[in-house]
Amino acid sequence: MQLDSILFYLFAVQILFSALMTITRRNVVHSAVWLIGALLGVAGIYLLQGAEFLAGVQVIVYIGGIMVLFLFVIMLVPISEESKQRRFASQKWVVLAVIVVLTGQLGYFFSKGSGEFRIADPTPPPEIGVVTTNTEQVAQVLFSEYLLPFELASILLLVAMIGAIVMAKVRPGAE
Amino acid sequence: MPVTTAHYLALSMALLIIGTVGVLTRRNIIVIMMSIELILNAVNINLVAFSHHLQNVNGQVFTIFVITAAAAEAAVGLGILIALFRNKETVHADEIDILRW
Repeated sequence: MQLDSILFYLFAVQILFSALMTITRRNVVHSAVWLIGALLGVAGIYLLQGAEFLAGVQVIVYIGGIMVLFLFVIMLVPISEESKQRRFASQKWVVLAVIVVLTGQLGYFFSKGSGEFRIADPTPPPEIGVVTTNTEQVAQVLFSEYLLPFELASILLLVAMIGAIVMAKVRPGAE
Repeated sequence: MPVTTAHYLALSMALLIIGTVGVLTRRNIIVIMMSIELILNAVNINLVAFSHHLQNVNGQVFTIFVITAAAAEAAVGLGILIALFRNKETVHADEIDILRW
């Protein structure tokens, strides 16, 4: 068995186990910590796929930014005893139906795609030619072809930041 | 048996289903938002897998945009949650019914 395969199964087990733990833990802080495990596994998967830049972005933005935001909010919102007792909403038939339908649909497209896109074939090795790093390739495409979406994304982040501040702050006289 | 793109897509599919189950079953809004992050990560794995499969970096660029949207969504969602908690004193999705008449 190659090192690639071993690492893939290692990361896959880590991701799926951490994800399951995230959605089943009683304590929200435990959920957040398990989610960090899942996100780290996804960063490992990016590395296996040769997307080093994205692996760095995943660790810095997701784990360093978004998860800290989550943990901050968990600290700000006290969790009552009652919520720890009953953590699942009671709609298991809807959930079961959704799982079955979703699995069926994805499985169908999966079986279609393996013929159409040859996803089950081994990936061809990259052509040897001008050797550029992954970060360089991403930057080339991002700042030429996708320049306008890139600028729009920055505006989206600005709007989200202002929106979050406006909604979370205490209005004078509202108390 | 070497790992192919199909393996990555299967992983992505499993993660997406786990995320969906989390969104549908949990009562705590913070955990629901974490499940949304899981779903977005499943999509990202898919995009990167096809980017690798087709030897084309466009998929990775799209992943960057998805991460941007996830950051914006988390910031706004948690801001709403704090504002909601100030008014309603709850973080449970089934107790928030102030828009229902």
